[in-house]
Amino acid sequence: MKPTTREAWFGYLLASPWIIGFIVFTVGPMLASLVIGMYRTDFLSETTFVGLKWYQNVLRDSLVRKALINTAIFSFTVVPINTTLALLIAVMLNQGIRLQSFWRTVYYLPSVVSGVAVSLLWKWLYQPDIGLLNSILGPILRPYGIDPPRWIFSQEWALPSLIIMAFWGAGGAMLIYLAGLRGIPTSLYEAAEIDGASSFRRFFAVTLPLLTPTIFFNVVLNIIISWQVFTQALVMTDGGPNNATLTMVLHIYNTGFQYFYFGYASAQAWFLFVIVLIFVILALRSASSWVHYERV
Amino acid sequence: MATTVQTRPAVHRVEHVGSSKLTEAIYRILLYGAVIVGGVIFAIPFYWMLRTSVMPTTQVYLFPPEWWPERFEWHHFKTPFAVFPFARFFLNSTFIAAGSAIGAALSSSVVGFSFARLRFPLRDIMFVVVLATMILPEHVRLVPTYLLFVQLDWIGTYRPLIIPNWFAPAFYVFLMRQFFMTIPRELDDSAMIDGCNPIGLYWRIHMPLSLPALGVVIIFMVTSQWNDFLYPLIYIQGVPNYTVALGLRLFEGHMTNNMQALMAASILGVMPTIILFFFAQRYFVQGIVVSGVKG
Repeated sequence: MKPTTREAWFGYLLASPWIIGFIVFTVGPMLASLVIGMYRTDFLSETTFVGLKWYQNVLRDSLVRKALINTAIFSFTVVPINTTLALLIAVMLNQGIRLQSFWRTVYYLPSVVSGVAVSLLWKWLYQPDIGLLNSILGPILRPYGIDPPRWIFSQEWALPSLIIMAFWGAGGAMLIYLAGLRGIPTSLYEAAEIDGASSFRRFFAVTLPLLTPTIFFNVVLNIIISWQVFTQALVMTDGGPNNATLTMVLHIYNTGFQYFYFGYASAQAWFLFVIVLIFVILALRSASSWVHYERV
Repeated sequence: MATTVQTRPAVHRVEHVGSSKLTEAIYRILLYGAVIVGGVIFAIPFYWMLRTSVMPTTQVYLFPPEWWPERFEWHHFKTPFAVFPFARFFLNSTFIAAGSAIGAALSSSVVGFSFARLRFPLRDIMFVVVLATMILPEHVRLVPTYLLFVQLDWIGTYRPLIIPNWFAPAFYVFLMRQFFMTIPRELDDSAMIDGCNPIGLYWRIHMPLSLPALGVVIIFMVTSQWNDFLYPLIYIQGVPNYTVALGLRLFEGHMTNNMQALMAASILGVMPTIILFFFAQRYFVQGIVVSGVKG
């Protein structure tokens, strides 16, 4: 059946908020960003065309490289560990335990709260002398002559501190896994049980394959979010000590909104965009080899 | 037979085939042990925040730290309001969150409806674009949208934080569209026979039925706006216009040796989202189900 012209007009009319928003706030700015990246401008006093200078700079700038390495380390540790941790918690909570919704809330609540308040809290937890973490670790480590790490105040431990803090937010992914686990038909488990499959085997032969679309969704989502880490890095360490926690978005923010090199900030933002795009495409490409879509 | 399968709880309860009652019991004990230990680890930071906020000053900086306050001092919760206009910050954040949520709910619901129900050229391509923008790192738009808002003379107002959300953010369009797809088409046909145009169809039938999904959009939007830091940092000028997030950061700079007041302010800052979560837990879970499992 061909759509009537009248229906098509209504279609465009109702879709117009998105169409306008897409042009004004997404495609327009993205293209403008490419062009702004060719200027030296602070939007006020001076605007000079510099061609591809900023784009070439991005690849040479040691601070950008530092930010790139830090963000990559953050992403490549947080994504797999968070995915596994969230899956583990979801599977545990799905074993028919008592008070399931209570435990779900306990694990999920940290991911509801985020932002500055949470960064301030963790800054306090990481306080090397009287913070929570070292008040637990200190008595365990000191008898062996080891001093607990100085966390966000130490160059080696600052980035791991932000990574550990990210595990606290595993509840968001856990909730998605719980929903995915609910979607697995019990009849499949019954069939596996009749075939005499052990619980271990049932997990790897039934649960895990059927959960792969959910795992895939979480991994892609996590890749995107983890590459954009910003608030913690600014509030807790302001990129320090000695740029140990300088992340890509923090560096873009500093370049544009602290030092007012808007052209260079734009070029860096495109660089980040391309990197995230590459990892998302790699994840999508890999999907066909491990994501199991049930044909119904 | 089919009904008995359906009424079974949809949980994967591990029953060890051919294993004794004893292994089963050991398994359950280990399972509960892990759930409880993990739960305590996840809850402890909240406890530490509370414990710090009510401790006397003489106790909070003791080494080694103490776990339980020797007496409860609630006055630290007043300090933030005495030093900065925190009540105003809460109003500002509420205004931004509410303004964004209403706009996002209205626009994404209308757009989602058109993608789910109306047929027009390029519709399916547009929907693929919606999905693609969902995975777009938004910072690539940061500088040019800033330039746009400079041109519009919007810097220092809340418009840059609110108005873009009135243009159907991709994720919520996706969510609404998925929801509208579940509404039976027979309802459309009967309404069309009664002479409704598509707008009437949306307003009289689909909108009322989609209230749960609208709830999801509102809650997600409120939470994300409440927690947002980068955009307020860029666009808001002048302390009285600050959001709670900006206020907390400002407060921290002035309270380097008053950890109780800082933690008290942080508790107040996260309280609205926690309260929202407890009242609307169902929507949080539902939103996750729609976005996560069908995505």
